[in-house]
Amino acid sequence: MLGAFQDKSDNATLSNIRLLFNHPYIDAYKTSIEISLVTALLGGVIGLFIAYAALRDGTPKFFRAGLLTFSGVAANFGGIPLAFAWIATLGPLGVVTVWLRSAGWDPSAHGFQLFSKTGVELVYMYFQLPLMILVIAPAIEGLKREWREAAANLGAKPWQFWRYVGIPVLMPSLLGAMILLFGNSFAAYATAYSLTSGTVNIVPVLISAYYTGNVLDNPHIAQSLAFGMFIVLAAMMLAYIPLQRRSARWSK
Amino acid sequence: MAASAYVWLFLAAAYFLIPLYATLAFSLKKNEAGTPCCTLANYSWVIHNGDFWHTIKISFLLAIETIVISLLLFVPTIYWVHLKLPKLRPVIAFMALIPFIVPPIVMVVGLLRVFRGTPHWFYAEPWGFLATAYVILAFPYMFFSLDAGFRSIDVHTLTEASQSLGASWPTTLFRVILPNIRSAALAASFLTLAIVLGEFTIANLAAFHTFPIFLQYVNESQGFPAGALTLLSFMITWAAMLSLLLVGRKRAARGALITGPR
Repeated sequence: MLGAFQDKSDNATLSNIRLLFNHPYIDAYKTSIEISLVTALLGGVIGLFIAYAALRDGTPKFFRAGLLTFSGVAANFGGIPLAFAWIATLGPLGVVTVWLRSAGWDPSAHGFQLFSKTGVELVYMYFQLPLMILVIAPAIEGLKREWREAAANLGAKPWQFWRYVGIPVLMPSLLGAMILLFGNSFAAYATAYSLTSGTVNIVPVLISAYYTGNVLDNPHIAQSLAFGMFIVLAAMMLAYIPLQRRSARWSK
Repeated sequence: MAASAYVWLFLAAAYFLIPLYATLAFSLKKNEAGTPCCTLANYSWVIHNGDFWHTIKISFLLAIETIVISLLLFVPTIYWVHLKLPKLRPVIAFMALIPFIVPPIVMVVGLLRVFRGTPHWFYAEPWGFLATAYVILAFPYMFFSLDAGFRSIDVHTLTEASQSLGASWPTTLFRVILPNIRSAALAASFLTLAIVLGEFTIANLAAFHTFPIFLQYVNESQGFPAGALTLLSFMITWAAMLSLLLVGRKRAARGALITGPR
């Protein structure tokens, strides 16, 4: 970490840190944070719906066991193999691309590129959703059916139940899970690197360019980039504590 | 059951299964047109590839080295903490969260700097530098799994019973404690195996040739054999995770299930 504050001859300096706020470094942070926010929010909401669909009363029990087992495995898919699976699906020669093209609709003609930011977000959902399902499942199981019935007896409509009971009760777990998802996606490197051959401008890819590429003239820039990532994650954790405290008053 | 629930589950299934199917379809193709339809040539390419065997051997040996070092380090430590120093437990639990929060890419930048200037046999060999990094990476999973294992047994009674029968410390540890936390230790080992076999970030930045590096190289150069390799890699993850589910006590396993190379 100290390396972030040193120049090429190991003298103390802040210039590397100041550099972070300049082009192109700040853009990498923006892209990274945007991808992480999008996948954390979408992954959180969609994951919640999927988990609820499988766990709610009336869904056969084997859906629950199947979903949780599959999520346990799929949450661990990632990196190089995952990137390839998606290239085989939606890449230029991918199975779905070829199929859509023969059906007369070319995704690349409509602005879809797997190797772009949208593509990276789509692929990240593959490990974000299972993670969300695993983390939120215990909280959903904690929603007692008696509460629903009590609310219905008192004349509440379903949306009123969710607005005044369901969401507030789930909120602490939901927030915690989304923070976890944010960190998970913010730290991801191998998937994006392999998917885009290092062309998407996110911070981990930029750091690695300083080590594996031919541009290694100042390792301290990589170190200060890493330091910046650490700061973003720490800030996220700090923001989480008061939010958690505010929303956790319901769970006493 | 509401129709909307079926719609959600169907969409989820499609999203998760289509890429797996696409990978399988790719692995059975010989060329872009896909003629002849199905061929096992890509699988035979993998089996007859020297680099494949070389890198997967390195990755497996690394995984075993990491597991052995981690177990030797953490089993006695966590045992001792549970037995004599329960106040230290939260401190270690907090330390175990650090590798979990700090991204691997940040960790490797720090490690490369810290170990710069160490002897060649350590810095330039996977068995030295990379194994050290992986022990750190595996620490959270080892700790939370073993900790749950130790909490589910009565460490004090077992130790006292063993000692009053005249057993030495090593005998107590290996013949009394270890068999009792076997499933926790196995669960931790499978997780570590899955982590090390899929880890790309650290190996790439430190320039070591492990199995994921080979996989990435094939992805870039030969599309169709890459399908076969990818499927193989998925199957290793499946196998490790399903073994984990089989051996792990449910509680210990669930907390530790979240890992994986990103």
